[in-house]
Amino acid sequence: MSTPTPAGLDTVARAAATPEREQPWADLGLKADEYARIREILGRRPTGAELAMYSVMWSEHCSYKSSKVHLKVFGDHLTDAMKTSLMVGIGENAGVVDIGHDWAVTFKVESHNHPSFIEPYQGAATGVGGIIRDIMAMGARPIAVMDSLRFGAIDHPDTARVVPGVVSGVGGYGNCIGLPNIGGEVVFDPSYQGNPLVNALCVGAMKHADVHLANARGVGNLVVLFGARTGGDGIGGVSVLASETFEDSGPSKRPAVQVGDPFQEKVLIECCLDLFSADLVEGIQDLGGAGLSCATSELASAGDGGMLVHLDRVPLRDPSLSPEEILMSESQERMMAVVTPANIDAFLAVTARWDVEAAVLGEVTDGDHLVVQWHGETVVDVPPRTVAHDGPVYERPYARPASQDALQADVPTAERLARPGTDEELRALLLRMVASPNLCSRAWVTDQYDRYVLGGTALATPDDAGVVRVDEETGLGVALSLDGNGRYARLDPRTGAQLALAEAYRNVSAAGAKPLAVTDCLNFGSPEDPGVMWQFAEAVRGLAVGCEALGVPVTGGNVSLYNQTGDQGLDSAVLPTPVIGVLGVLDDVRRRTPSGWKVAGQNLYLLGTTREEFGGSEWAWAEHGHLGGMPPAVDFAAEALLGDVLVQCSRDGLVDAAHDLSDGGLAQALVESVLRYGVGARVWLDELLERDGIDAFTALFAESAARAVVAVPREEEVRFTDMCTARGLPHLRIGVSDAEPGVEPVLDVQGHFAVPVADLRAAHSSTLPRHFG
Amino acid sequence: MRIGVVTFPGSLDDGDARRAVRLAGAEPVRLWHADADLHGVDAVVLPGGFSYGDYLRCGAIARFAPVMTEVVAAARRGVPVLGICNGFQVLCESHLLPGALVRNEAQRFVCTDQRLVVENADTAWTSALTAGSEITVPLKNGEGGFVADTETLDRLEGEGRVVFRYAGPNPNGSLRAIAGITDERGNVVGLMPHPEHAVEEGFGPTTDGLALFASVLTAGLAAVGA
Repeated sequence: MSTPTPAGLDTVARAAATPEREQPWADLGLKADEYARIREILGRRPTGAELAMYSVMWSEHCSYKSSKVHLKVFGDHLTDAMKTSLMVGIGENAGVVDIGHDWAVTFKVESHNHPSFIEPYQGAATGVGGIIRDIMAMGARPIAVMDSLRFGAIDHPDTARVVPGVVSGVGGYGNCIGLPNIGGEVVFDPSYQGNPLVNALCVGAMKHADVHLANARGVGNLVVLFGARTGGDGIGGVSVLASETFEDSGPSKRPAVQVGDPFQEKVLIECCLDLFSADLVEGIQDLGGAGLSCATSELASAGDGGMLVHLDRVPLRDPSLSPEEILMSESQERMMAVVTPANIDAFLAVTARWDVEAAVLGEVTDGDHLVVQWHGETVVDVPPRTVAHDGPVYERPYARPASQDALQADVPTAERLARPGTDEELRALLLRMVASPNLCSRAWVTDQYDRYVLGGTALATPDDAGVVRVDEETGLGVALSLDGNGRYARLDPRTGAQLALAEAYRNVSAAGAKPLAVTDCLNFGSPEDPGVMWQFAEAVRGLAVGCEALGVPVTGGNVSLYNQTGDQGLDSAVLPTPVIGVLGVLDDVRRRTPSGWKVAGQNLYLLGTTREEFGGSEWAWAEHGHLGGMPPAVDFAAEALLGDVLVQCSRDGLVDAAHDLSDGGLAQALVESVLRYGVGARVWLDELLERDGIDAFTALFAESAARAVVAVPREEEVRFTDMCTARGLPHLRIGVSDAEPGVEPVLDVQGHFAVPVADLRAAHSSTLPRHFG
Repeated sequence: MRIGVVTFPGSLDDGDARRAVRLAGAEPVRLWHADADLHGVDAVVLPGGFSYGDYLRCGAIARFAPVMTEVVAAARRGVPVLGICNGFQVLCESHLLPGALVRNEAQRFVCTDQRLVVENADTAWTSALTAGSEITVPLKNGEGGFVADTETLDRLEGEGRVVFRYAGPNPNGSLRAIAGITDERGNVVGLMPHPEHAVEEGFGPTTDGLALFASVLTAGLAAVGA
């Protein structure tokens, strides 16, 4: 790269005069045809600074060049009904949903996978920081975060390096910035060895009038950079880290990981909210991946004119940075605003009050080019749209892998995988399952997160969904759940994506919230592998169809490709992992439904139908290391009906507890519900076995979808069963909550086995501390 | 009654403290770190958070904020001051309370519903509680281990200045399981757990925390009147 000295500066004039000069496009992650296309757009070779901008903005991470052609399908399945509560859709920093009473919420999930493997603490911390800034950039006050984490095998030595770092990074950033962490996932699977998935979600709230968009309009308006100074961290993060497959042995990529400072960001949040409430901002954009390259080109591209930026006015942490490096730096905790000249003094007074550094970099011009100058010399002169939006689009080849048939044919039948034969074996299996890596208590993780700050948390892990209040006067609030299941998606990507959507939808409904909208983080292997591309295409189609069936639109999200180490096709890629976040609304969060019963004598009902579905199940994996067959069937009509009934039950006070059934089946749901408040249960299975034609093992461990367990107070039983009957929802009384003063609580599966709740708790809670201290 | 809640850059639970004050029946007043003026409030809360990023040492920079000069002077006059979590750290750094808070024994941040034994119900902030009773409020800290030399600990115990003690397993390695202490006069109280997160049914484990803010309604007026 060139030095910042004017003598060596690669200006536009010099680029025009020296077309033959060799440029490091390959080192910056560009392909030969992409470099040729840049030369074609500009009619000359790019300057070093232009090359830097195109290289980061045309990276897979920023341009979605491999995924774009498939993501269009979401638009094809977006009906008018789905648009009714959608105020801002896909394409902005985050989607915005109308939740009524003049309130809107914005939410989005994003990946920070690659940096979290290289440097777990900072990778995870800046993942949280980045998604929070996306939410701020919409004009909202962030009100909660969630995290969906996937790691390698629990007993692998490197997992012991990655897990504590990621968890303390998520916690360190969220705790210091003062946002409650209200839920998420932790999953262990060897496919994530070397490619952990760190997906962070943030939700924010604002009044309708406060919605802000990222565009630079109005000739003469000023472009202001504010927040942290720009340093050398994270240079090329999106192009080098997020858009390449890791080599088993390569140079350390640690310099490409950003470093976060949550205190800076906390101050930045308060500063931005003061700026918004004083109406001092015309357009706003956060600086995340691709830094200034992204912020300037996206603001200008979405505006109505051009933009002039004096790059030498950027406050620097390291004065030796070159223009290219300043454009590519991913230094955290920075925002860019468009401000009218009349407001600039008031704007700078607010930033000064919060001790936030601000610099007027330039202005909106009446041209149509983004021009960047360095000490008066023009180093960038480009049509901004070609940088921000007209990146390459690949129609990558995709094909169903030949091995898929054999995988799906390997059904975990009773002949293929041994099942418990006696009640004693069933009891022992239950205790092993609740202690297994993916079903055990997450308290070791979630106890490192502040779930109480801001005082609005009505539910958090271990409940099915996180619930936070938005409006203190009315109690209006939102529920959120993040779910994914890579094993299901590996067996059948389309169904797997739909099951993730169905589970998140069910969790939100179980908490008593009406599902409104969806965000997704699509984590896959290398798009250069046709098998991976097939998984991606199938999952996206499945998701789009599912969203239409449930009437909930995708409002935004993120695609993370190249989650793969090595070159062994599907076997070196992560399990295809669409992580789905569903947001629901509650008119009064005090009516939310917790996942466990608090008192004795309530009737426990199982809603839905149980089938012998063990393909991709936690049982097959934890007990036999088996992955084969087909995942559970999806029935969106059944999911919608169940969700509707659960929401109505919450509104009418018909249930005191509700727990969705998913990984680990009925057994896991019962265990979690009794552990929630330490109140036991007596359960009988006979009628269920007869009605559904299954055995006790299937009743307890099958993972059929569209099911939940609810606790119904005796006085509401008639109303409850009448409603289920009228709606045609399969419901069966399978037990009663049980506690006697002075008697140890027990989970008693009558006629089969009984386990003291204390033994369940010991088994459930010891696994993560045993592995991670 | 008007109760000031200080906002430092990096304060996080200031909004919660104001809500708790309001729910207890007092008027919350925002106090700004850079403003050396208590605006005539009858009591002051230093809320939780990470003031000034907790750079250097927790509470070490906040101590030098202009508002703290006024808080220290008011505390010496007998005005009730409550420091919660980071606020407790600031009170220790300001020498209004003895001892210091160090990194949790387990080296991890911990967030949990914490049982506390009320040891002293005679302070400005605990008069509505009963000595010997238990309350449960959230605890959330990374550096909540209370330490002091043996002589100081003995003096605190001897003078009845331990206000709250952790019940059950010690969550952060605090010496003698001390969760909160008071000054000689009983008007300044610092504690690591968060009473302001337990003031509303449905948002927190209990509403036990409300009693601290209710206590000061009577105690505070008496102190100011005197």
